[in-house]
This record gives sequence, C-alpha cells and structure tokens, in this order.
Amino acid sequence: MTDAPDGGDRELLRRLRAGEGGAYEELVRSQGGRLLAVARRFLESEEDARDAVQDAFLSAFRSIDRFEGQARLSTWLHRIVVNASLMKLRTRRRKPEKSIEELLPRFTEDGHVAEPAVEWRSSGSASEAERRELRTLVLSQIQALPEAYRNVLMLRDIEGLDTEETAVAVGISANAVKARLHRARQALRGLLEPHLGGAG
Amino acid sequence: MTCREFLDFVMAYLDGELGARERELFDRHMDLCPDCVTYLGTYRETLRLERLCREPDAPLPDDVPEALVQAVLAAKRAAK
Repeated sequence: MTDAPDGGDRELLRRLRAGEGGAYEELVRSQGGRLLAVARRFLESEEDARDAVQDAFLSAFRSIDRFEGQARLSTWLHRIVVNASLMKLRTRRRKPEKSIEELLPRFTEDGHVAEPAVEWRSSGSASEAERRELRTLVLSQIQALPEAYRNVLMLRDIEGLDTEETAVAVGISANAVKARLHRARQALRGLLEPHLGGAG
Repeated sequence: MTCREFLDFVMAYLDGELGARERELFDRHMDLCPDCVTYLGTYRETLRLERLCREPDAPLPDDVPEALVQAVLAAKRAAK
C-alpha cells in the first residue's frame, strides 16, 4: 500500500484549504469510521472514543494549512487520532491492573525456564471465521496488559508506528520503547498460551 | 547462555540486531534447549497474530455514526 497522496486526496485538500463546508463533511464521512475503530482500540468507553475522534478532526481542521501533503490524508489523520486517544487516556483514572512481572516468564535460580512453553496450534491455515475469532482473542488479551505496555505494543504492532514515532507519542526514549515492546510481547504471548497451547 | 538470557535476546534476534558473538551463543542455545525453540516459535506466532489485527487485514469498520458526524461539524462551526 502506497502512502503517497492520490488525486482525490489533493482535490479534497484543495477544497479543505479553500474552506468549502462540504469538504469537511466529506472528510468526516470518509475517514470517521476508520478513525473511530482506531480510537476504540485505545479507549474502553465509546464516549471517550468518539470524543477522541472529534478532537482529532478539530485538530486536523485547525492545522490543515500546515499539512504538507507528502503523505495521504488518511495517514496524517491516523497519527492525529492516535495522539488524541493517548491524550484522552492520560485524563482517565487508571484502573488497578496486573504488574507486568506477573505476566512474564519465570525462571529457576540457575536461569532455566520454570514453566516451559508448549507448542501452539498454527494460525497459518485459519479460515476467515477463525481469523475473526483470533483477532477478537488477541485484541481482548492486549487489553489485559498494563497500560504503559499496552500502549507501546498497540502503537508499534497494531497501529504501525515506528520506534521513533512511538517514543515521541508516549514520551520515552527509543531504547525504552524497544525494552517495553519486548516485555509487552512476552506478556501477550503468555496471555495467549492458555487459549492456543496444544498443537493440532 | 541461559534460558533467561535467551528470552531477553529474542526480539533483537528476530530484528537481526544481534552481534556475531551473541548470535552464535543464541544459535548454540537453540541446539541444546528445545523449550526455548518452542518459546521462540510461540513468540513468532504472537507477532503473526498481531498482524491479523492490523489494517488492511482487519475488516473495514462500519460507517461513521451519524451522531458523530453531526457532533464534529457542529464543533467545527462553533470553533469559527
């Protein structure tokens, strides 16, 4: 998939910059559903997710003149709604959650794994219905991760930001992103194992 | 290399970021430890499952709710 703007993007951008009212509505209708899906992945409450999308559009409208047009409008809006969702999360009281340590592998004193991993059923040949079930399972288990780890994993592995972009979005160093991502993936692996363990 | 160290290196291994010496130790551990080979396989499968959740693999979302469209446009008018 190319990230370069197409002709439709350029024409819509021209109309947005000209302040055409219909252009704003067209943008909201064409991109709103996808942006809402992104916000819902970060925010548990539907009201918060919709607020984040609204904030994202208003932020985009305010800065449309500064949008350089090098990327697609949808890519630019995706980054904005991710940031709006993270901002909304910061205003929410954190729920009690498991420590990441509880979700990581355990070791014996001499450094061997205490509870060896078991083979999983492969998702390689899953039918579309099974893939849908797997998506639901994975997204639900991601929600069980502590927030600081969940956000990094979501940004890197689901939303497709790179390490530097993730570091800026969450306000930590690139090395801290890598360390947190690895622990988040390990924890997710552990959460998925009871559901997927057992080859065959 | 212990299993603990092996698991610490898994992401760097998959990203091709291990140095030659670390890579050699990593490979040698795999020759000796079937549990860690299984762990590496399930870590890879976790990444594969995450990719299932990424667009464009994930199905397109529903249309945007009309109430949200109207709320955004009203907020835009109010912000003028």
